Amino acid sequence: MSHTATAPADFDAAALPQTKVRGYWQSVGYRLRHDPVTLVFALIILAIVLAAVFAPWIAPFDPYKESVIGRLKPFGWRNHILGTDELGRDLLSRIIHGGRISLLMGLVPVLIATLVGGTLGIIAGFAGGRVNTAIMRTTDVFYAFPSVLLAVAISGAMGGGVANGMIALSMVFTPALCRIGETATSQVRNLDFIEAARASGAGRFAIVRYHVLGNVLGPIFIYASSLISVSILLASGLSFLGLGVKPPEPDWGLMLSTLRQSIYVNPWICAMPGAAIFITSICFNLVSDGIRAAMDVRM
Amino acid sequence: MSTTMNDTAPHPDDLDPRDRGGPAQPLLIVNDLRKHFRVKTTDGKPAAVKAVDGVSFTVFKGETLGVVGESGCGKSTLARLLLHLIAPDAGSLIFDGDEVGSPDGISAADLRKQVQMVFQDSYSSLNPRMPVQDSVAFGPFVNGTKRTDSRRIARDLLTKVGLNPNLFGPRYPHELSGGQKQRVNIARALAISPRMVLLDEAVSALDKSVEAQVLNLLRALKASFNLTYLFISHDLNVVQYISDRVLVMYLGHIVELGPVDDIFSRPRHPYTRALLASRPSMDPARRIEEAPITGDPPSPIDPPSGCRFRTRCAHAEAVCAAAVPALGEWRDRSTHVAACHIEAPGSGHSLAPTQSQAA
Repeated sequence: MSHTATAPADFDAAALPQTKVRGYWQSVGYRLRHDPVTLVFALIILAIVLAAVFAPWIAPFDPYKESVIGRLKPFGWRNHILGTDELGRDLLSRIIHGGRISLLMGLVPVLIATLVGGTLGIIAGFAGGRVNTAIMRTTDVFYAFPSVLLAVAISGAMGGGVANGMIALSMVFTPALCRIGETATSQVRNLDFIEAARASGAGRFAIVRYHVLGNVLGPIFIYASSLISVSILLASGLSFLGLGVKPPEPDWGLMLSTLRQSIYVNPWICAMPGAAIFITSICFNLVSDGIRAAMDVRM
Repeated sequence: MSTTMNDTAPHPDDLDPRDRGGPAQPLLIVNDLRKHFRVKTTDGKPAAVKAVDGVSFTVFKGETLGVVGESGCGKSTLARLLLHLIAPDAGSLIFDGDEVGSPDGISAADLRKQVQMVFQDSYSSLNPRMPVQDSVAFGPFVNGTKRTDSRRIARDLLTKVGLNPNLFGPRYPHELSGGQKQRVNIARALAISPRMVLLDEAVSALDKSVEAQVLNLLRALKASFNLTYLFISHDLNVVQYISDRVLVMYLGHIVELGPVDDIFSRPRHPYTRALLASRPSMDPARRIEEAPITGDPPSPIDPPSGCRFRTRCAHAEAVCAAAVPALGEWRDRSTHVAACHIEAPGSGHSLAPTQSQAA
C-alpha cells in the first residue's frame, strides 16, 4: 500500500520508467479500434459510400435505360441482379447511383445541423443567462411547426433543387441538436471540475475545448446519427412533392415512393430501395452506438 | 508544526520570491466582503439571500486559518468569493498588498495564479473523461507551460501526494477511491504553485482513517511548499487539529476570530460555546442528553435584526435585537475577538463588563 503513505512518497518520480498516459480522445480511438462490431459496420458504411462515389464504374447497367418488355422483373432476370423497376431500368444500378444523392441528403443536413446546432447549444448551455434565453427561445420558434411541414415550407420558399433541399433539412434538424447540446452542457457546466478549471486560470475557450466537449459530444453524436435515416426519408418526401430530386434522377426515397404502386406486382423489388435506406441507417446507428460506448470510459 | 505558530512570522529566508509585502504584510486582507444572491420568495417577491454579509478578516503568511460554522452559514460562498469565482457585491480583497480588481492592483486572473482551491466533492471536481494526470497537468498547460513540462509537473506532484504516477496517472476518476481522488485534487490545486490554498470541506467526505492521512499530507505539503491555508470545515476536531487560527461564521457574519487554542479553551461567543458543547464527549460521565442549541439557523433571506444569533441565544436581551455587535479590532495573530454584546464594555447588556472593569 505504498500509494497511501501519508508522507510524501518513498519513490522518486524521475527514476520511475514513464508509462504513457493516453489522453481521452486517444483512448476513445484505441477503444474504437478494438471494437470489432463497430469496425464491421463502419466498413459497410465505407463500402456504401465508395459504391456511390464510383457508381459509374461499378453499376452493371445504365440506370436511365428503360425497357418496355423488362418491367418489374424478378431478381436475376437477364443478369439484372436485383431485377428491374417499373420502367424496366436495372434496380441495382439505380440503387448504386441513388446512393450518391441519398447519402448526400442523409449526411450533409445532419452534418450542418450538428455543427450549427451543437455549437449554438454548447454556447447557450455554457453561457447561460440572456445568451441562453436568446438562443433557446429562437430555436423554440422552429418547434412550433411539424418537421415535414417546415422542410416543405423552407424548400418551397427557396425553390426546389437538391442544394435548397439540404439547406431546408439542415434548418429542420438544427433546433433539436441545439436543444440536446444545451441540455448536456448545462448539466456539465455547474460541476466542480469546471469551477476548478476556471480557478486554475483557464479561459472559456480552453474549458469548453478540454472539459466540456468530451462530456457533451456523446449525446449529440447519438442523436445526430439517428437523424441520418430521417433525413433520407424527409428528402424523398421533398422529392415526391417536386421540391428535391426530379425523376428520372435515381434517389432511394424517390424510388421507394414510385415503386410503391407496384407493390402487388413484385413486392421484393419494391422493398429494395427501402432496404438500402434501412441498411445505411442501421449501420450509422450501430457505429454511433460504438462511438458512444468508446467515449464512455466508465464501461 | 503545530499551534505554536500563532505569533511566529515566517523566517525571511523562507519567503517566496514572489513575496511583495514582506513577512509582516498579511497574505490576504478581506474588507467588508458581501454577496447577496437574488432569489424569489414563495409568493413571488424578489428577495436577497445574504450569504456573506460584511465579512472582514486577515490571513497571515504561512498560517492555517480554520473557518467553521453550520451548513448554510456562507463558508463555501466565502471561499468562492476569495477566488473571484463568483463576483462579490461589495468589499475588497488585498492579496500581499495588492488590491484585487483595482487598476493599480492585480487582476482576478493574477490572483488565481497564487490562490487555488480544493473542493469538497472529490468526484465532481475531477473531469470524469480525463485521465487524472491530465487533470493535474491542465493548470500548468493553460498557463502556458509546454505539454511535456506540464506532464512532468503532474507526475512529480502525483508522487508528492503519495500516488505512483505510473499506476494512477492513466486512470480515470471513477477508478480511484475517495481518498485517492482527493489526493489528485490536492495535486491539481498545487500544480500551478499557488501561495495560498483554499480547502473547502476538503476532507469532510472522507472516512476517518483516510481523513487523517489526507490531513497529515496537507500538513506535510504546507511545510514543503511554504503554503498558507484557508481551511473550511464543519468538523471542529479537524479544524482544531490543523488550524493556527479559527474564524467562526454564523449566517454570513463572523462571530468570533482568534488563535485556535484560545477559541477552543476559552470561547467567548455563545454560538462558539454551543458549537463546542455539541461535540460528543469521550467521557461517558460528561455525556449530554440535550443539544446545546436546537433547530436550524434563521433564514438568511430575512435574518434577525441586531445580533443574528439572538433567536437561539440563551443570553439574548433587548440590546441584542437593537444593535449589531461589532467584532472588535484585531491587531496580530494572537488577537481574540468576538462579536457579542456581552464582550463589549458598555454595550448595555446586563452581562457586559462595565467600562471601568474593562479598563
